[in-house]
Amino acid sequence: MNTIEGKAWAYGANIDTDVLAPIGSYQGRDMLAGARNCLRDVDPDFAYNVQEGDIFAATDNLGIGSSRETAPLFLKTLGVRVVVAKSFARIFYRNCFNIGLPALVCPEADKIAMGDQLSVNPGTGDVHNQTKNETYSCQPIPEHLMTIVEAGGLMPYLEARLKKTT
Amino acid sequence: MPQTLAEKIIAKAAKVDHVTPGEIVTCHVDLAMMHDSAGPRMAGAKLDELGVPVWDMEKLVVITDHYINKESEGFDDIQKHAQKWVADHDVIHFIKEAGICHVVLPEAGHVKPGMFIVGGDSHSVTGGAFGAFMVGIGATEMTGVLATGEIWARVPETVKIDVTGKLKPGVAAKDVILKLCGDHGIMGFNYQALEYGGTAVADMSVQERMTLANMAAELGAKAGYCEPDEKTAKALKEWGAGDVDINTWRSDGDAVFAKTVTVDGDALTPQVAAPSSPENAAPIDDHLGTKLDQAYLGACTGAKLDDLRMAAQVLKGRKIPSGFKFMVAPSSNAMGKQAAEEGIMQIIEEAGGVILPTGCGGCIGLGVARLEENAVGISSTNRNFVGRAGPKSSKLFLASPYTVAASALKGEIADPREFL
Repeated sequence: MNTIEGKAWAYGANIDTDVLAPIGSYQGRDMLAGARNCLRDVDPDFAYNVQEGDIFAATDNLGIGSSRETAPLFLKTLGVRVVVAKSFARIFYRNCFNIGLPALVCPEADKIAMGDQLSVNPGTGDVHNQTKNETYSCQPIPEHLMTIVEAGGLMPYLEARLKKTT
Repeated sequence: MPQTLAEKIIAKAAKVDHVTPGEIVTCHVDLAMMHDSAGPRMAGAKLDELGVPVWDMEKLVVITDHYINKESEGFDDIQKHAQKWVADHDVIHFIKEAGICHVVLPEAGHVKPGMFIVGGDSHSVTGGAFGAFMVGIGATEMTGVLATGEIWARVPETVKIDVTGKLKPGVAAKDVILKLCGDHGIMGFNYQALEYGGTAVADMSVQERMTLANMAAELGAKAGYCEPDEKTAKALKEWGAGDVDINTWRSDGDAVFAKTVTVDGDALTPQVAAPSSPENAAPIDDHLGTKLDQAYLGACTGAKLDDLRMAAQVLKGRKIPSGFKFMVAPSSNAMGKQAAEEGIMQIIEEAGGVILPTGCGGCIGLGVARLEENAVGISSTNRNFVGRAGPKSSKLFLASPYTVAASALKGEIADPREFL
């Protein structure tokens, strides 16, 4: 799996799905327009300045709240390619993999600061902080999720699986 | 090998003799529930992309409850799409705008003890109140279930929540769960299953147990459940589920729990969660007298028949201050109808409350119960995150139906015990 290099957007604990994907921000038509509401109540700059390849970092319990898949989808739509956090809320964690956005459990994620330049290898779980010249080890992605990551998400995984059985 | 009820249900769904916490297993789903937000338009559309049928139509329930009542532009289109998807796919179990999914699913007789159920909503854990293992999942994951009938699960550790003694008048299940949120935080039981028990839970109605199970989500838990008993069997029979097995689906006497957490039911007082997290819960004394602009009794958590009964006990023969906004949206039409027959809706209206149609509405900032700019509200719902029930400038306190009703009467946060 390719190493992802980009700027870190670093936040604290309990970034919930109501701030990631505020109610009413997406009604099924324009995903990018919806994604511009991502974090508007916490950091209004984020959705307009995040770049393709950037990395979203948070401390504990990232994605607490609703099952709404728009929470990780908005991040992906805006260009985020990997999510790194000390801990995740369980539905958000699963949703990330299902939409093809790797999520890494990184006990040292609180050392990542806003704007740090990172290179992340989801395969090995190594996060190199180029700004601070530090390396953090994430928990390896569990095997059953790695197969979904490698397929590019649950949809391509299902397509391949259903083809095999028919 | 002794097992908890959670482990027993997962083992059955995985078609193995027993499972161990931490193990990853593939489960066969007994029932899948999806609503109009993440259902037909998301999970359903993706199933159509895959070009395969629903794995077992008898096991799917589609419920419309989120984007209804024409609360916003575009909602009609979402409903039309949902209805068309249901018709095109010959969905057998479709419940249209009759109430909130977590309440109408058991009300329609679909939930039984021992079932492994997935729901496309984080509060799907509510089904645990009936001795089922029910988890919330996202839309793409639901597509996987619809296509295959299977889902992977990490077997959770089970934590026993022992609510001892007897709750005092004016104290409810909502106060128990808010106390747990305050003590343990919203990631207090991440990835774990909660088994609620003890004398106070045995005393509770099944609707009160639904409140406990519902807000397992606010503790980070994967599931929250109660062992089924005679009350479970009676309620489910009334709701059309037939005779259910309440003897098999229990934890073994020597089952291993990760830990036991005790809530002293005798000592518990009304709790209030301050903005903007359920974990900001504290005894009501900390907030008495806080001025409010509105009070809302609604959602799956806080406007079931028993919740409406609690509010009526407080409101009977009293009036809210003129100009104060007090809104009540029953959790389901059937429960609203029953409440009307019991004279409860009349009590609410005579007190000055406004009855709204059922639906998720105010809990997710939709409709007339949406908080206005800078408004301060109290509600019987389950979450008060920034931007959920109103704009960023609004503030929301969470409390029991008793406390919401008492606060409506005074226009400020008030202790219900002075009205009982």
